[in-house]
Amino acid sequence: MAGLQSQDFARISATTFRPPDVRHDFEVAKLIDVSKCIGCKACQAACLEWNNLREEVGFNIGVYDNPHDLTPNTWTLMRFTEWENAESGNLEWLIRKDGCMHCADPGCLKACPAPGAIVQYNNGIVDFVSENCIGCGYCVKGCPFNIPRISQTDHKAYKCTLCSDRVSVGQAPACAKACPTGAIVFGTKEAMLNYAEGRITDLKSRGFKNAGIYDPPGVGGTHVMYVLHHADRPQLYANLPQNPRISQVVELWKGLTKYTGMAVVGFAAMFAFVHATVARRNDVSRAEDREAEHLIDEEAARGREA
Amino acid sequence: MTNSWTDIKNTDLVVIMGGNAAEAHPCGFKWVTEAKAQRGAKLIVVDPRFTRSASVADFYAPIRQGTDIAFLLGVMKYCIDNDKIQHDYVRAFTNAPYLVKEGFGYQEGLFTGYDEAKRDYDRSSWEYELGPDGYVQIDETLQHPRSVYQLLKTHIAAYTPEMVERICGTPKDKFLAICKMISETSARDKVMTSMYALGWTQHSKGSQNIRSMAMLQLLLGNIGVRGGGMNALRGHSNIQGLTDIGLMSNLIPGYLTLPTDKEVDFTTYMSTRGFKPLRPNQMSYWQNYKKFMVSFLKSMWGNAATPENDFAYQWLPKLDVPGYDVLRTFELMNQGKVNGYFCQGFNPLLSFPNRGKVTASLSKLKFLVVMDPLQTETSRFWKDEGVFNDVKPEAIQTEVFELPTTCFAEDEGSLVNSGRWLQWHWPGAEPPGEAKSDTWIMGQLHLRLRALYQKEGGAFPDPILNLHWPYRVPDDPMPDELAKEMNGYVVSTVTDPVDPSKIVLEKGKLVDTFGQLRDDGSTACGCWIYSGSWTERGNMMARRDTSDPGNTGAYANWAFAWPANRRILYNRASADIDGKPWDPKRRLIEWNGSSWTGFDVPDIAPAAKPRDVGPFIMNPEGTARLFSRGMMKDGPFPAHYEPFESPVINVMAPKIRGNPAARIFKDDLAALGTSDKFPYAATSYRLTEHFHFWTKHVWVNAVLQPEFFVEISEQLAAEKNIQPGSWVKVSSNRGSVHAKAVVTKRIKPMICDGKTVHIVGIPLHWGFTGAARKGFGPNSLTPFVGDANIETPEFKAFLVNVEPSNGPVTS
Repeated sequence: MAGLQSQDFARISATTFRPPDVRHDFEVAKLIDVSKCIGCKACQAACLEWNNLREEVGFNIGVYDNPHDLTPNTWTLMRFTEWENAESGNLEWLIRKDGCMHCADPGCLKACPAPGAIVQYNNGIVDFVSENCIGCGYCVKGCPFNIPRISQTDHKAYKCTLCSDRVSVGQAPACAKACPTGAIVFGTKEAMLNYAEGRITDLKSRGFKNAGIYDPPGVGGTHVMYVLHHADRPQLYANLPQNPRISQVVELWKGLTKYTGMAVVGFAAMFAFVHATVARRNDVSRAEDREAEHLIDEEAARGREA
Repeated sequence: MTNSWTDIKNTDLVVIMGGNAAEAHPCGFKWVTEAKAQRGAKLIVVDPRFTRSASVADFYAPIRQGTDIAFLLGVMKYCIDNDKIQHDYVRAFTNAPYLVKEGFGYQEGLFTGYDEAKRDYDRSSWEYELGPDGYVQIDETLQHPRSVYQLLKTHIAAYTPEMVERICGTPKDKFLAICKMISETSARDKVMTSMYALGWTQHSKGSQNIRSMAMLQLLLGNIGVRGGGMNALRGHSNIQGLTDIGLMSNLIPGYLTLPTDKEVDFTTYMSTRGFKPLRPNQMSYWQNYKKFMVSFLKSMWGNAATPENDFAYQWLPKLDVPGYDVLRTFELMNQGKVNGYFCQGFNPLLSFPNRGKVTASLSKLKFLVVMDPLQTETSRFWKDEGVFNDVKPEAIQTEVFELPTTCFAEDEGSLVNSGRWLQWHWPGAEPPGEAKSDTWIMGQLHLRLRALYQKEGGAFPDPILNLHWPYRVPDDPMPDELAKEMNGYVVSTVTDPVDPSKIVLEKGKLVDTFGQLRDDGSTACGCWIYSGSWTERGNMMARRDTSDPGNTGAYANWAFAWPANRRILYNRASADIDGKPWDPKRRLIEWNGSSWTGFDVPDIAPAAKPRDVGPFIMNPEGTARLFSRGMMKDGPFPAHYEPFESPVINVMAPKIRGNPAARIFKDDLAALGTSDKFPYAATSYRLTEHFHFWTKHVWVNAVLQPEFFVEISEQLAAEKNIQPGSWVKVSSNRGSVHAKAVVTKRIKPMICDGKTVHIVGIPLHWGFTGAARKGFGPNSLTPFVGDANIETPEFKAFLVNVEPSNGPVTS
């Protein structure tokens, strides 16, 4: 779903090649104000429509969340949580739009063994490049938010692109455009942080003393942020992680590859350059292949359970 | 709406009760979000369920469905007891000081004049005391025991917070907290808006639900002001247009009324439509009724409508009953007295109560014509769909014609939104297949019927043969032609009586305003309230100017608002008795010493002096009515009545079931259930993911909410051993449905009159056509009874039982 060009890349998966980085852009961010969200799912509809995705008509399993989880076709999902606030005695219906957080330090990209399958643009968007994806599922393991989903049809990983195609032509993501209450806003990260300040002040004036922004430092901050009424307890919102971090295994694995890469300096760099920009071939060891299949099966099993 | 969607941004307090704006009107709800974010406005939601609106509210309180009047009378009592009403407004702009005749009274749930056999009132005692001058007697001090104010105080005295809790199940502390928030808006610089919808209308006392809030708003001085008002959120994009154009059996366009068969001639018809002012100097604008009526008749029958034939008055149908509402029509159909039915743009099989009766009735028709862009359940009522439509096609002889029509996105024309804005739109796509516009179909029918009458004659050919049909292409009337006809035009040139060389109105020109309409046949106008929408200056409905001087939210040059492009009705009441704005920060119009000026089109004659003429110009009183005289069938004040099917007795009047003035047919009375067999209080509603029965045809919407479900509390689920997501069978005394169970904290049992009442929520978007999973609607369960005044069915409060089931397939 790449809508930008290689000149816009800040990072590319599984390559030591440093992108040209010729264009410097503002970092963008989508701000989801949970306190303004009415859970109408217009964002979900817009996502399906803009990205031309065809989700299955499912069943009701006793909740409002439909589909019941993110899927290769459902890149964003409203998650509904009913929470009794013991302190105020009030029921709260916490509705969170789930989807890729576009981490500044993306675990998926770090974990990805397929050169050029995951890229990060200068504007902060983390995008999957399907033609380079080998469907290994490492990105699923690398993601601290459990976002990417592997398609059983084409064995590729899918997730929200932050509408990189729309953003590249100066448009807001489809979900932000469709949101009827202005709960989803889009702009530069700086502007969104400023905007969030005003919202937090308003929420505090209404008695939500722990209102705040969710921009977790463990992943270097995110390019999708939330305004939460209870920022001290993000887990309330359908298990939004309190302090998301990239798994140690991914960090270690990434460290080793870097080390190896340095040992075969020159050749590797040349190879990577050629590979990433010209050949675009998938070079996967048998072991990696087996690991990938295992992960896919695991994913598929999880999908069935859901 | 008295105000508009965009005006909601001006409010300090939003009360959503009898509706669920965030869920059912998500786009309009943005103005609530705006008021909260920009002005720090607060939002109160009162509903049996913790809704999507409640999820973003500052304060939520539960209420048992069908008890809103008790709640609102309780709030009124609180405001009066705590001296939180806007006294100057109430004294000057309402009928609070007016005296009511001796003999009016209220006892044990009934007003004077009740006739049990007729289920109706003799309303003659519900009237003002008139003086020898013909005007109402008043007591400015409001102390007279027969003043409306004192009668109101007496009437609501029983609705204490304890009584409200006992009837409504709303905890007293929550009720009082809401009273406090609402009562603060009695200040001159604080306003509240009421946003309501079918949650108030779909009751056997729906009109009185709305009246209750209107009365409260009057006591608080919140009518006619920016950010205030009574704001009905209309459910279809053009349902406001439907009522404006008079698509009700007793109306003709512009809220004029069809004659009854007792009104044998035009003089008799007009004799009860004089609207003589009840106070000195009042405008009583309906005194112009004849001008609108004659202009309407001229638009219908053109040159054939003459002064000699009373402008073809006799060609109008005459009602022999108060109205042929849908309940009466289907009752008559079931009795075999209605043989043919045109169903244009709606889906009775899922929309009308007691589906079993609807199916039986449709099965007795000789023919049914369905005009719709979609494949509706109604056009397939004869089709065996197993448990989802359990009928025997071979036993049904009804001939069904399905005429595919264009949908709104393929049409040109105007849609009238909740705020009375006529917004012109253009087609976005070509209609598919054989779909034709509704006007083309109706035009074809007319021309063919006319040809048949011409050839064969008939019992009463005149109205059809003489119908004015001036369209460029007679086969296909165009939207612009119809719009201009509704706006009105000059039939024959009118000159100044003093100076005949001066032309006042020139033949053939479109009129600028309904003020130009005349009762002598020199003007024609299809719908007087739409006058000004397409004038010689062009199509006002197509205007798209977003400028908004003063940032008032009026957007006066965006589209056209009826009447007269007025954005806030009764806006004269935004200023005090001398014409100064109550709140200078919320200036709307004001008296500048010689005329009314401001941001909106004044709702009063521009030169009418402030102390002379009251702000409610449509009423002969010139004021708003806290006491509605004999104009409502079920009482001049609202009173608490239980739904016809209620889990508890009426504690105010234990002998009364339902609304004593609501009509109910014999078989339908017998089909009512009782709480011993059907113990749970059910209600029906819509979900954001769907639009009525349309969007189940759309794949994306079907994905977002795929399958029919009902919502119950955790307590009821535990009591009945129902697992979340499992199948349940919900039954009433009229039918049953199978649904998935959504077990939720958002519905909680309530204690009413010492009894635990469980609520069952039943959304309505599923049927047996479309992309979503096959399902049922609440109308398989609901009772066949409507509001006493306008017969809107009681969909919001009825009794059911709930049991675990194995689902529809195995049943």
